[in-house]
Amino acid sequence: MLIAAILALAAGTFGFRAAGVLLRDRLDLPDWARQALPVAAAALLAALAATAALTEAGRFAGWARPAGVLVGVLLAWRRAPFVLVVAAAAATTALLRLLGVP
Amino acid sequence: MLRDIAAIGAAMVAVGASFGAVAVAAGLPVWATVAMSVLLYAGGAQFMAVGLLAAGSPLAAVLAGLLLNARHLPFGLTVGDSFGPRLWHRLLGAHLMTDETTAFALARPAGPDRRRAFWLAGTLFFVTWNLGTLLGVLAGGAVGDPATLGLDAAFPAGLIAMLMPTMRDRDTRRAAVAGAVLAVLATPVLPAGAPVLLALAGPVLLALRARTGSRGADPADGPRGGADAPPEPAGGRVGGGGPAGGPVGGDTGDGPHGSAGGPAHPRGRVSVPAGAGPERNEGETC
Repeated sequence: MLIAAILALAAGTFGFRAAGVLLRDRLDLPDWARQALPVAAAALLAALAATAALTEAGRFAGWARPAGVLVGVLLAWRRAPFVLVVAAAAATTALLRLLGVP
Repeated sequence: MLRDIAAIGAAMVAVGASFGAVAVAAGLPVWATVAMSVLLYAGGAQFMAVGLLAAGSPLAAVLAGLLLNARHLPFGLTVGDSFGPRLWHRLLGAHLMTDETTAFALARPAGPDRRRAFWLAGTLFFVTWNLGTLLGVLAGGAVGDPATLGLDAAFPAGLIAMLMPTMRDRDTRRAAVAGAVLAVLATPVLPAGAPVLLALAGPVLLALRARTGSRGADPADGPRGGADAPPEPAGGRVGGGGPAGGPVGGDTGDGPHGSAGGPAHPRGRVSVPAGAGPERNEGETC
């Protein structure tokens, strides 16, 4: 099941990539689709990020993780380098856990 | 150019490492983690797939991942002519085409410059991403519990940082916030994986609204207000934020109505969801 899912996902993703490249001169995406795809992807990612930041196995994940994510988000909002965003989020959460915050 | 690529490449190693560690921590075998980075090679979908696979929803992982990666099709439509004349150039280039390489290629004028930039960035990003994955697999395994390193916070923080440029587009911002709230609220009551898919409701409604004509796209218009307009004032409002926003941005900057959404600022020219390289200069990509 795992290998089938990975192969299907890899094949489908390559399909999207290759289709765009190969059909470049022939296919003209309607604007509503061109508009919807990135919005849908951003909404999915935002939903994923929010659930990953706040929940664990269907319940609240504890304070350490959202606090770390919040630090990362604030840094990203201030246009900090990407590496710093990721490292600061992880460090904050790790430190809080070290101090006993769940 | 190499310095920019190297800066993003360094971030790739870090994020790739966090992917490797997170995937292994989520219970994925090492071979599956490496296979995803080599064969799938799409950061956002890999993270998403790991979450859904770990949650026991392989079908959702495939569907959500594919939907996430559908944006690569317009990427290909946009930069696909910069890969080279041969078929294998195009097929290999297609596999190396990510948010970052697309943004990087678009920053260069079409022609030999863009082609060189694409292949240089594409090769280096692929190598650094997979190198990072390997490091993450090794380091994550050695550490034992990545939670002590706070890697579970690094993942959503990184995702949000990558999304930041897209949030300049109003519709994208609304859909993202609505999707996030909806998904979090639904998490306690729905099986894992499903809440995230709820986030699609907003964009689907937006798309249907835009598809059925320009009327719904601009609330300021009366029912007949936009009826005679060219079919896509809506495209004009959001098109600049799409993956094809670089090259198309010029002619989709403003709808005929100069819609109410504050069209003056350049929203998310580089609004590729996973495109948050640290050094990216957004102005260049157009």
